[in-house]
Amino acid sequence: MKQNRASAGDTILRLLTFLMAVGVVGLIIWVGWEMFSSAKESINAFGWSFVTNRVWDPVKQNFGALPFIYGTIVTSLIALVVAGPIGLGVAIFLNEMAPGKVRSLISFLVELLAAIPSVVYGLWGIFVLAPLLRDYVEPWLEKWFGFLPLFQGSAVGLGMLSGGLILAIMILPTIAAISREVMAAVPDSQREAALALGATKWEMVRVAVLAYAKSGILGGVMLGLGRALGETMAVTMVIGNRPDILPSLFAPAYSMAAVIANEFTEATYNLYLSSLVEIGLILFGITLVLNAFARLLVWSVARGPKGGHLV
Amino acid sequence: MGQSLTIRNLNAWYGDNQTLKGINMEIPANQVTAIIGPSGCGKSTFVRCINRMHDTVPGARAAGEILLDGENIYAKDPVELRRTVGMVFQKPNPFPAMSIYDNVVAGLKLNGLRNKQKLRAAAEKSLRMAALWDEVNERLNYSGMSLSGGQQQRLCIARALAVEPSVLLMDEPASALDPIATLRIEELILELKKDYTIVIVTHNMQQAARIADSTAFFLNGELIEHGPTSEIFMNPKEKRTEDYITGRFG
Amino acid sequence: MSSRLRKYRNALMLGIFTLCTLLALIPLFGVLGYVVKNGISALNLEFFTSLPQPMGVAGGGMANAIVGTLILIAIAGVLGIPTGILAAIYLTEYDRVSWLSTLVRFTTDVLTGIPSIIIGIVVYTTLVMKTGNFSAFAGGVALAIIMVPLVIRSTEEMLKLVPQTIREAGYALGIPRWRTILRIVLPTAAKGILTGAMLAVARAAGETAPLLFTALGNQYWAHSLNEPIAALPLQIYQYATSPYKDWHRQAWAGSLVLIFLVIILSFVARLAFRNRKNF
Repeated sequence: MKQNRASAGDTILRLLTFLMAVGVVGLIIWVGWEMFSSAKESINAFGWSFVTNRVWDPVKQNFGALPFIYGTIVTSLIALVVAGPIGLGVAIFLNEMAPGKVRSLISFLVELLAAIPSVVYGLWGIFVLAPLLRDYVEPWLEKWFGFLPLFQGSAVGLGMLSGGLILAIMILPTIAAISREVMAAVPDSQREAALALGATKWEMVRVAVLAYAKSGILGGVMLGLGRALGETMAVTMVIGNRPDILPSLFAPAYSMAAVIANEFTEATYNLYLSSLVEIGLILFGITLVLNAFARLLVWSVARGPKGGHLV
Repeated sequence: MGQSLTIRNLNAWYGDNQTLKGINMEIPANQVTAIIGPSGCGKSTFVRCINRMHDTVPGARAAGEILLDGENIYAKDPVELRRTVGMVFQKPNPFPAMSIYDNVVAGLKLNGLRNKQKLRAAAEKSLRMAALWDEVNERLNYSGMSLSGGQQQRLCIARALAVEPSVLLMDEPASALDPIATLRIEELILELKKDYTIVIVTHNMQQAARIADSTAFFLNGELIEHGPTSEIFMNPKEKRTEDYITGRFG
Repeated sequence: MSSRLRKYRNALMLGIFTLCTLLALIPLFGVLGYVVKNGISALNLEFFTSLPQPMGVAGGGMANAIVGTLILIAIAGVLGIPTGILAAIYLTEYDRVSWLSTLVRFTTDVLTGIPSIIIGIVVYTTLVMKTGNFSAFAGGVALAIIMVPLVIRSTEEMLKLVPQTIREAGYALGIPRWRTILRIVLPTAAKGILTGAMLAVARAAGETAPLLFTALGNQYWAHSLNEPIAALPLQIYQYATSPYKDWHRQAWAGSLVLIFLVIILSFVARLAFRNRKNF
């Protein structure tokens, strides 16, 4: 075929766009590699004990990530327990119950919730949520549920409970939006089949919608969890920043992202910096796997692995 | 002036599905040739082979020869070929982001013509030929989408004419239009054949009878019969052609 | 189960879902309410025109942080938006269904879930450590990396909406494919693409974590892109965690300005999209 100016332009644009697209895959590999090589010193020094050691002492050059892993997991679980059901409820309300106008208004508001910057949530957490918890919620919880170790100890406000609740607010839009997306992918024929059998609306939702969309909803919840695990600013601002492992949810703790945020620029020697990067590497690994798995679940329901579009 | 087409043993596939089987056909210059046949018979694929639009569909391929005034189009650059063989589609498809004027000169402009006066002149000439000038010359800067369906289709014809092709392919150009708009397109086609070779796909046999000099009947990817329109409709040689035009199937 | 019980249960569950929705909106109004209330009372001309005061001294403003945020998102936009649009063109125009484009799509989705602080670390260990200093440029790169997957996703959706017949019309005029893509397909989807890009910019504007070890923050004006630069989110973080009442006041004001910026960006984007002509 004759070569000319036109096909040169095509070759260039094709190559350029190809490089950018492949660059995205390269980017994630590069991030992983870069983290790994910067964390190597710490990996060599501590091995597996890094994740089981509960001491974090930069002065004695002794680094263990367990307190941060603990704080991250507890706050994320609180967020999940609170935001999971509520987010799902919002999704059902929006997708199955709300009339058109209400639906677009409320989905707009929920999107707005996602648009508020993390640092603003942190600010609000410090000056509004934490005092509220300290003065009202935590004393009440201790009074009624104080027999559980979870709800003992002095009410400080800044701690795992406020961290978890802030996270719950922040991941709720994610869970609601993804659940709604997969519910919207449920064919109407499924709903009609359930209604034709004389099901009430709730029964229809349970039998036709939730049953059909459940793996996608699970994916949405996992995406929310991923966001909670890696969320930095708001948690850093309200969790209390103490590397302790205490059972009480009122107690201050520390999260993986928070310790990186606080100490990274203060890391005065290589092993210190390398240990912080290793925490980041663990966080990267966990969120990568979680997100990959969650996306597969969501894709399987909402559009299929090919992106669901025709040529 | 129009150019003639000679098709020799043309085969075409979509993936494993063969949609054209050994087509041989002569299309004379400056005539209207109508392609008729039931849906799925390969008539659209046939015209899309003539400007090699068929090649742009992933998984599609074609084999055989198509000679444009004696030169095989498969030896040409497809992009250049399409400036000689223009096409009008079933549904009007003006470029939504462009004005009427920009639509008409899009082919010239995006192929590098910058001279404003020449563009202006080409736009007026094409719009006049497409019998649209009087209706739009006051609002050339309006969006192409502001026109009615019939006007949009004539805009698309003007757009195709502006690059000065010698052959104009039309894939059911009036099927999305109302009867009055259809009539205007048909009048236009009869006007245009003075300067162009026109190949028109239609599912409307009256339309073929009204405007075509010769008519070809396709069935299941094969060319069943090709001849002067009056003969095809009055006195078909093939039983299958007769069955189709008398409405016994299809 | 009796039908009356089923009806009660139905009403109960529907009530619970409605309640969930109301519950979800409480923090939204809580946060916005406090930010507006505390922010407005702390806003004044000085806030927009002057530099921060030294620690513990009342007064001063966030002029440098506001400008810094604008500079950072400008760098991020210049780097991130074209990259994302080009990658999306590959996915819609050149390769829709191969394993490679599926992998790219999948990676893009996964990338949006990677914590932004990780991006900060990597930009630090490469750019900042190699150049030897924190800089506006490093901050912009970090934000660009966060924007890219968002831009790819939204652009891809918009390009998919452009009907195939528009591309065919271009090809049929003898316009080369690359010109058809750049001059006909992209302009057809331009409003939607811009909307997506604006939303990505809005998201980047509010990011703090990736700036902590890249842009670092600065109490003064930055004189080049190669030195540390202030940013609104960084300034809010620093002030909120400080022990000074006046800085808390300014943190609220900063939050109001930041939210205003983010909402303006998303709102403008949405309005533009709503007025979009039909294809």
